Amino acid sequence: MNLQIAALLAQDGLTNGAIYALLALALVLVFAVTRVVFVPQGEFVAFGALSLAALQNGAVPKTIWLLLAMAVIATILELVALARRRAAARAYMLAVAGWLVAPALVAALLWFAAPLKLALGWQVCLAILSVTAIGPLLYRIAIQPVAQGSVLVLLIVAVAVHFVLGGMGLLFFGAEGSRTPAFTDAMYQLGGINVSGQSLYVYGVSALAIGGLYWAFSQTLYGKALMATAFNRVGARLVGISPNFAGALTLTVAAALGAFSGVLIGPITTVYYDSGFLVGLKGFVGAIIGGLVSYPLAAAGALLIGLIESYASFWASQYKEVIVFTLIIPVLLWRSLKTRHHEEDQ
Amino acid sequence: MKSVRLLVALTALACSASALADINVGVTLSTTGPAASLGIPEKNTFELLPTTIAGQKVNWIILDDASDTTRAVTNTRKLIAENKVDVILGSTITPNSLAMVDVAAEAETPMISMAASARIIDPANPKTKWIFKTPQNDSLMADAIVGHMKAHGVKTLGYVGFNDAYGEGWLGEMKRATAAAGITIAAEEKYNRSDASVTGQVLKLIAANADAVLIAASGTPAATPHKELKARGYKGKIYQTHGVANADFIRVVGADGNGSFLPSGPMLVYEQLPDSNPIKKVAADYVGKYEAKFGQRSTFGGHAWDAAMLLQRAVPEALKKGQPGTREFRAALRDGLEGVKEAVGTHGVYTMTATDHLGFDSRARVMLQIVDGKWVLEK
Repeated sequence: MNLQIAALLAQDGLTNGAIYALLALALVLVFAVTRVVFVPQGEFVAFGALSLAALQNGAVPKTIWLLLAMAVIATILELVALARRRAAARAYMLAVAGWLVAPALVAALLWFAAPLKLALGWQVCLAILSVTAIGPLLYRIAIQPVAQGSVLVLLIVAVAVHFVLGGMGLLFFGAEGSRTPAFTDAMYQLGGINVSGQSLYVYGVSALAIGGLYWAFSQTLYGKALMATAFNRVGARLVGISPNFAGALTLTVAAALGAFSGVLIGPITTVYYDSGFLVGLKGFVGAIIGGLVSYPLAAAGALLIGLIESYASFWASQYKEVIVFTLIIPVLLWRSLKTRHHEEDQ
Repeated sequence: MKSVRLLVALTALACSASALADINVGVTLSTTGPAASLGIPEKNTFELLPTTIAGQKVNWIILDDASDTTRAVTNTRKLIAENKVDVILGSTITPNSLAMVDVAAEAETPMISMAASARIIDPANPKTKWIFKTPQNDSLMADAIVGHMKAHGVKTLGYVGFNDAYGEGWLGEMKRATAAAGITIAAEEKYNRSDASVTGQVLKLIAANADAVLIAASGTPAATPHKELKARGYKGKIYQTHGVANADFIRVVGADGNGSFLPSGPMLVYEQLPDSNPIKKVAADYVGKYEAKFGQRSTFGGHAWDAAMLLQRAVPEALKKGQPGTREFRAALRDGLEGVKEAVGTHGVYTMTATDHLGFDSRARVMLQIVDGKWVLEK
């Protein structure tokens, strides 16, 4: 191994690591706010990439049918809940506008925009939008009804959602993989090695997303509300932050981050309907390194996973996955020695 | 009203009577999961098959094993125990088929695999008495590749393949074939079907600076190292295996596929074969039927067609020796399959023996080059 190969491997590792980092952040966020270990995070990645591939072909991503079906179910759930509480008429209208009209608008936008074969940038926005819209609906349908359950119940629900979404992915996108075109074909010379424009995009956009999240959580009211919920659920509720609203908003952010990662990874590798799971799992290992609570540690852990994976594929390609996933054992050991064990507070 | 009831009763009676003598064929295919692009055309092919053989009704019972070894074994057990099948066809891929060998042999049910590895029918394993297969052995294809390499002046070879039974099988065959041809293997790399990045492996291959690289992988995941090699500026020849001979691979690999070589069954390019080749007519018949209903041809569908063709050869004799559903019938079917001679399929000509449960010769392979997204026969 010479310096050039080491640099190339580092570049590859960082590119994947940046994507894992986005997913790790989403996982930490979802866990902090809702206590859900969000297994289906990877599905958003696959949906994002494959929706973009569908738009590239001028086809309407079939996820809009999922979106519409989920919108109808969520609206019914919401209306029933409102009826039980004998809510005011205005609440019904808001519920229909929020849970039915808004997703339907997204679906309609995709329906009309898809055959136009817009520029790549617009297609990327549409693909992300279509997947993001699934996030809050997923919370309303799958998680909100059991939101008070134990972490284990929530995990089981998350696993179920993963299987349902995986099956849907197969139905919507077929068993075959797709690649999306790169944002740029540019290649730059950097100290003797080729750096692809696409990987620069991945670094830049990931850094922007992480910076944007940091800004949103520290500066905006909604961000602060999420942070408050993550910090102390009961306390947040006492000061008037709806946990359901926080949960739905969190899953929206998680879906957006997932779709975003999908769009970024699409040109780098062939994405299959079930590719997301493994990518999400590596993000999860990164998040575990951060103990599922620390954002910077999770991001650093995810970058580390990317790098280890890259070097492992060079030195011992047959043991690559083993090496990556074995890493979780010393981390867990270290964490269990370092932190005092405390009973789950409920 | 009364007549309707009578009709229902009669139909039910007729069904139950005929069900006793039906030939039940259990099929397990990888129609979802990583090998789906292989399994789906196979499944389509079963829809084209006749529903009777030698006057007996045939039930094709098709299950999906999701490219998963455990599921394939479960399916096989289910087909044998619940559906009382007379013969098992499948699975699509090597790891699944290898795992099914034990189950089929234990139940003394003949099995025809549609997976590539020669280990499935290894005559050294007594269990393979019950196992047959239709796709070309890796060794036949490896010889074709190495022959082509030798003719084109390749001296050193880089190898990158699946980290599973498919890749291991190919690596073994290539080591044997290259040693005989005086080609050295300069690098051996492994990757997984689901890997997002193969940069590490590809850099190592490029550093080895071999004249050619062989990618021992199947389906669209084979495009991952292929595209990476091109993106990193590899200038040597790229060889693929016959595992990629389908349209989805061409779609995913795109322009990067141009100029690469692969061995294949003759079915894929049957139009380019000389008229004197007996395979041309059989392949034209199958491909015509397939393309009329499902669009583009796939060699994997051809393996399924050939498996059914072998069955159609063996069943008439076996029917004379026993009733479908009995042990005697299954044993006779097995003997019939082993006795197949000069049976022309879409992929080659089958002549089985006790030690060769595939029975192909060099008529079962051709070398192709990918030119502008088309398969072109290498003369």
